[in-house]
Amino acid sequence: MSHDCRVMVALSGGVDSAVAALLLADRGYEVSTITLLLREEQNGGAVPSPEAIDRARAVSDQLGVEYRLIDARDAFRTEVVDYFIAEYTAGRTPNPCVPCNRFVRFGFLLAYALALGDPHLATGHYARIHRLDGRCQLLRGRDSTKDQSYFLYRLIQEQLAHAMFPVGSLTKEAVRGIAARHNLPVKEQAESQDICFLPDGDYRRFLAEHAPHALEPGPIRDTEGRMLGRHQGLAGYTIGQRKGLGISAPEPLYVLAIRPDENTLIVGTADALGRDECLVEEMHTISGEEPSDPFRAEAQIRYRARPAPVTVEPLGGRRARVRFDAAQRDITPGQFLVLYEGDVVLGGGVICETQHSVL
Amino acid sequence: MSENRIYLDHSATTPVDPRVVKAMAPYWNDVFGNTESSHAFGREAANALEGARQTVADVLGCRLSEIVFTSSGTEADNLALRGAAWAARSAGRGDHIVTTPIEHHAVGRTVDQLRELFGFEVTRVPVNRHGLVDPDDVSAAVRRETVLVSVIMANNEVGTVQRMVQIGRICRERAVLFHTDAVQVPGRLPLELDEMNVDLMALSAHKFYGPKGVGLLYVRRDTDLASAITGGDHERGRRPGTVNVAGAVGLATALELAEERRVEEYVRLRSLRDALIEGVLARVPDSQLTGHPKYRLAHHASFVFRGVEGESIVQALDMESIAASSGAACAEGEVEPSFVLAAMGFAPEWGIGSLRLTLGRSNEESDVTRVLEVLPGTVGRLRGGA
Repeated sequence: MSHDCRVMVALSGGVDSAVAALLLADRGYEVSTITLLLREEQNGGAVPSPEAIDRARAVSDQLGVEYRLIDARDAFRTEVVDYFIAEYTAGRTPNPCVPCNRFVRFGFLLAYALALGDPHLATGHYARIHRLDGRCQLLRGRDSTKDQSYFLYRLIQEQLAHAMFPVGSLTKEAVRGIAARHNLPVKEQAESQDICFLPDGDYRRFLAEHAPHALEPGPIRDTEGRMLGRHQGLAGYTIGQRKGLGISAPEPLYVLAIRPDENTLIVGTADALGRDECLVEEMHTISGEEPSDPFRAEAQIRYRARPAPVTVEPLGGRRARVRFDAAQRDITPGQFLVLYEGDVVLGGGVICETQHSVL
Repeated sequence: MSENRIYLDHSATTPVDPRVVKAMAPYWNDVFGNTESSHAFGREAANALEGARQTVADVLGCRLSEIVFTSSGTEADNLALRGAAWAARSAGRGDHIVTTPIEHHAVGRTVDQLRELFGFEVTRVPVNRHGLVDPDDVSAAVRRETVLVSVIMANNEVGTVQRMVQIGRICRERAVLFHTDAVQVPGRLPLELDEMNVDLMALSAHKFYGPKGVGLLYVRRDTDLASAITGGDHERGRRPGTVNVAGAVGLATALELAEERRVEEYVRLRSLRDALIEGVLARVPDSQLTGHPKYRLAHHASFVFRGVEGESIVQALDMESIAASSGAACAEGEVEPSFVLAAMGFAPEWGIGSLRLTLGRSNEESDVTRVLEVLPGTVGRLRGGA
């Protein structure tokens, strides 16, 4: 019993993880807290910031629990930053938060916690875990406007067995209320869609330093191969994008495909945009069982996408064809397609290069 | 009871005691005010309501503020479960509920809805073949995220009475709310709220010779409860809706009378019931008593008969002017055993043949004699025999 009640809570300096720690302490768990040091750059690109670390420390002091700063820079660079650079180089649009959860938080950090004898690792994610017949189910957070289950789709049973998401069944409002009532020394971070290791979301500066060829100008062509203009580096564009093409045309033009081998951007009109199917690889299921028969689900092709009804056709080799009931305009290779059944996360995979039917 | 009809379905409902009818009489059109009104009519009604509340508090040994009048036992269960679960979750205490597979639908379906529509996690601890919950199983199921344990104190279908004190102790030690559907209990077993460490308890007036349309939820002090019904400020905001004063007075009077007669009725009905059980098991082949042989409600006799439909027995008894009930239900043309019997491990060929006979104030020895005359032949004929 006493071994079972130890839990390590990962604090970011924000409200959600602080409240997670407080709730666990209230419930009688033996809580210890940590902050992961992910990145430290000479010119102030530190993740987390010194202020955030101070807040995390202050929260721990207030809760009267042990606090540690853990150096995860190597793991973060290898699993997240390098992945980010490689994806852009390959003409894909990465989502680094997914490998960060899988390899850094619930990989490196979980291993650290287990080595210290803490059987549980808790974070402030808005997601839920239900245990049924000895297996773990991953569910959306109850607050649908804050649901972060998308980023956790790649966790495996062994990781989920040790994970806890104390704020997952609360609304953001309730979490704020708890923080306020207990005077937790946290700062409400403005909801940021930026990637944590890109100061001000400036990926151009980052790529200029780490993957300069992704910023090399090149031709913009239409689906017939005709040259329409020049792009400012493929990294600046994503499928379905309309703005920033710098082309005047009778009809609005959208990015249809990205060709890194030729450093070429392919654009076309809106009617060429809709795709009703895509290929997904590296398919993963939360249950751990590989599906062999086609099944229905709802797919999110990016973090804030609306769930779209699909039919998934497993093709073997962890690949699948996903057919959408309704055409989607921005199926982007490199993004993760996460499958849901209502609130339950089934799993997902990486969206492959989609062959445009016309080309 | 009028004519020669024999009523053996007291667990389904009971007739209103004439003294209760008399106590309720002024509240239809004499003292009729809305308890929230500021004038004399309202004050009179409020006084009557608080008088009823005081009576209930005296019988249950609790505070006035711990009593909420509802429209039924089902509503009381709904308020307890939803109200406690929602409030506990919003306060960040967790979202896990522990219950049993033999709850009345008022609990079982409410918990299912909490799971399906409101995202709670639910664990149902098993019951043994007598329908008894093992407190150790409850203890094993309770986690830090558990906000509520709900166990029916006395099961309506099979009569089994649970080990409430032990389960209550576990809940107190683990700081989890303990709710019980005690609808079958008043007038039959003592209601010791503190000894059982119960935080939430549902009652229903028409089960103890009170009127239909009124129930009660006991809510222990300092229990956070969201309201299931929202509206005005009646019942301290926990259960808005103009209070049924006549009903509350009826419930209180009936509760007081039931408690007065409890021990005496226990002794009387128990011996009638035991004679009934002995007779049925002896005279009807392939019959079993369901529920715990010892820890069961004293007025309650429930059986399964192999290879015959319980509903058919009920209908045949009805033709003999004997009223009883069966747990088996007809679903899409197929008879299915009750979920309670299924949870207790009864095979379908037994489970569909369930019969419940529940005694009450109107029953006498001659009723038992009559049933024992009629039942064996009835079952025999339905089985295709003589």
